[in-house]
Amino acid sequence: MTKTADLDELYERYKTKAQAVGTEVYRFGTRYEALESLIPLLKKEGVADSAGAFAVCAAGPAIRSWEGAELSTIPGVHFEVTRELAAEALIGITEVDFALADTGTLVQDQSAVEQRLASSLPTIHIAILGTNTILPDKGALITRINPRKSRFIAFITGPSRTADIERVLTIGVHGPKRLIVLAVDESEGETL
Amino acid sequence: MKKDFKSSVSKAVHNATLTGALGKFSEAYKVNRQKAYEGIDFETLRETIAERKSYAAAHLDLMAQTFQINAEAAGAKVFRTNDPEEVKAYILKVARENDVKSVVKSKSMASEEIHLNDYLEKNGIEVGETDLGEWIIQLAGQKPSHMVMPAIHMTKEEVSELFSKEVNERLTSDIPRLVEVARNELRSKFLRADMGISGANIAVAETGSIVLVTNEGNARLVTTLPRVHVAIVGIEKFVEKFEDVVPVLTALPRSATAQLLTSYVSIITGPAQNTDGSMKDLHIILMDNRRTDMAADDKFKQALQCIRCGSCLNVCPVFRLVGGHVFGSVYTGGIGTILTAWFEEMQKSEDIQGLCLQCGNCKEVCPGKLDIPDMILEIRRRLVSQKGQTLVQKSIFSVVNNRKLFHSMLRTASLAGKPFTSGGFIRHLPFFLSELTEMRSLPAIAAEPFRDRFEKIAQPKQKEKIAFYAGCLIDFAYPEMGEALVKILNKAGFEVIFPQEQTCCGAPALYNGAWDVAAQNAIDNIKALTATDVSYVVSACPTCTVALKHEFLKTLDVEKKTEWVAQAQKLADKSIDFSTLVKKLVDDGRLNIAEGVELGKITYHDSCHLKRTLRVSEQPRELLQKAGFELSEMFECDMCCGMGGSYSLKLPEISAPILERKLKNIKETGAGTVAMDCPGCVLQIRGGFDKEGGKVTVKHTVELLAERLK
Repeated sequence: MTKTADLDELYERYKTKAQAVGTEVYRFGTRYEALESLIPLLKKEGVADSAGAFAVCAAGPAIRSWEGAELSTIPGVHFEVTRELAAEALIGITEVDFALADTGTLVQDQSAVEQRLASSLPTIHIAILGTNTILPDKGALITRINPRKSRFIAFITGPSRTADIERVLTIGVHGPKRLIVLAVDESEGETL
Repeated sequence: MKKDFKSSVSKAVHNATLTGALGKFSEAYKVNRQKAYEGIDFETLRETIAERKSYAAAHLDLMAQTFQINAEAAGAKVFRTNDPEEVKAYILKVARENDVKSVVKSKSMASEEIHLNDYLEKNGIEVGETDLGEWIIQLAGQKPSHMVMPAIHMTKEEVSELFSKEVNERLTSDIPRLVEVARNELRSKFLRADMGISGANIAVAETGSIVLVTNEGNARLVTTLPRVHVAIVGIEKFVEKFEDVVPVLTALPRSATAQLLTSYVSIITGPAQNTDGSMKDLHIILMDNRRTDMAADDKFKQALQCIRCGSCLNVCPVFRLVGGHVFGSVYTGGIGTILTAWFEEMQKSEDIQGLCLQCGNCKEVCPGKLDIPDMILEIRRRLVSQKGQTLVQKSIFSVVNNRKLFHSMLRTASLAGKPFTSGGFIRHLPFFLSELTEMRSLPAIAAEPFRDRFEKIAQPKQKEKIAFYAGCLIDFAYPEMGEALVKILNKAGFEVIFPQEQTCCGAPALYNGAWDVAAQNAIDNIKALTATDVSYVVSACPTCTVALKHEFLKTLDVEKKTEWVAQAQKLADKSIDFSTLVKKLVDDGRLNIAEGVELGKITYHDSCHLKRTLRVSEQPRELLQKAGFELSEMFECDMCCGMGGSYSLKLPEISAPILERKLKNIKETGAGTVAMDCPGCVLQIRGGFDKEGGKVTVKHTVELLAERLK
């Protein structure tokens, strides 16, 4: 277990770098507190039971703990992620395994296809991050991930971007236009 | 140089959109790249990358075998071939077996290399590029102009025109709106595609993984949505160990686009789940296409250390003027010249290799530690040794090769008392650049060369001797620089000797691929300069100093004149450039420069060979400041002035705008004087100001310091 001071320092470094590339980062003590912010966020963005307004949630410990709670009562929130739902989703929610402080990067085993669908097709990607899984850099990460076990490892650093027209930075080409990270101190730790 | 090549260069240079976009980008890139590398020891990082990649390149077969075993164990199908035709046939076979009607692609240079799109389309399969830049290029029916930014040469208006046609709707040139249109248009293509084709940025042998690096997120969709995924991997992408991805991922985004990391990196090992729950049909094609031959070539094996970041393009003073299209091939810029010579044929690189100024910028920033300028010189050498020199070159170098004849012709030229404007081949000699009067005026050939003036200089008797190697320009155009040097060294207690048998340093021959001539020049100079025992051999021309210290040895080695190597080494050890020597003499207390006078603002231009080969940049600045000048740095102080020896003769249309930029940067400092350590740069820059009627004084450091001696 990382000491609190180190954890705070890593979190701050991660947050600075993540924000620098357009990620929105929020920190919560518990999953419940995160959920309390998540629900109004979904409502504010207009999640509804209609094509283009769905929210898809890919399985993970926090999300499982929310299933059956108030989250599942919001119309348009789906806990099964199909290709069709994800393609019509406004918001995709996934739980990531690590973050890298030096580049503001999220790392997730996305071998399960619903993780890829929920994080790549919707307009907004909300990622749940365990604060205690923030690592300093790729060097610290590389021994903790194993491509032999994880067939699709995704690094996500900010929203989708391009500068292909006149070198003008434009957000949201093929992937999400917004990346929102909910960092939760209470978590089950490294899962990869 | 072929006419159509010349005209494509001229067209590119006069394309304001292209040069504007590239120019702005290259200026911003330099600053942003530096910022992205903050806190990282670049030299250590690239040392690691070069070591890891060269290991893989030296063991390509082992890498491929190991990769195949591991990827197949994970469930992928691996196909290895040297032949681009087989790559295409294999993909078509997979497509037919899976009843593929449409394909989405994420950016893959390997697929461009083999012209895959054309092939698939001819066989009735719809192919959609999904990288925004690539899609724009595809709609326009063009080739990418930059490895990382394929459509950098196009304006938003041109893009809006293309998109409007594609979606049948009148679009404005609002960039976010255009991107939105692309998102929507391509989203439906992603969802209905039966096959995804990607490249790979890294292939890891020990795990059979491929690594994809993108910003837009298209690679994620290409590898997730269609049932079949084909990855085309050039075998230079191998690294041995999984941990080797760390240095590559650290350097690639920083060097490519000055990002700490791209938005997405995907590490794929074997087939993952499809959206219907089945497992993906994953095919990985290991494409050789002469890479193994390259790995077996001592000079070119280093090219396999390339991680395809494109930073060599971003810092190239020529690329930012002409862009990628003049290269006429898939790969562009410095690295592109080398890859074209190998993946297509040496002959195809004949014109484009001539675009290289040999300024060395690319070598400084290359994360794979490739010596691109050196490989381009090697292409020149091989072309000349295969085809021989042109008649003009032959006649020039037959003169340069004969010192007496060479020098007597220069004297004849001086007797005429004016720069040559016509006649004979003498105007093609390295510095008789009469074809360039458009952009700058030429120095008159000195009425009396330094070698004659030297005899008349009364030197105080000194114990310690130093040999002066003048080089053609100081000897025959700027003898006053030589006199200033003698004055300074006399003050420091040296007797200067000037061996009369010294001749051209061989650089013009070398840079034109005529290594036999350069080797003869080297031998003549070694004989002349080692005849007397001296403390140093000093030169006030960086190109000459590089020849004395490095090129003689290399040339003799390549031309197998090994009997001269020991002597050449001795000469190399004694050789020193002017500013380094004088700085040392001042530090040792052997020389005093008058202090306490305010001489006003000066700016300093770094010459390519001095800064990047000899690693000298602080010495002249310190000396000039000590002498009383207030240093005001110009923007891009170490960017080439466009002289490049005979380059300005062969490609004046490129040399001229590079010079213009330099003059502008000098003027913007407000300094009355610009100093430099290279007579070639003096020729170029002084000539430019003369022509322009500017008021800036252009001087060699040696002249400015000689005036300030106590």
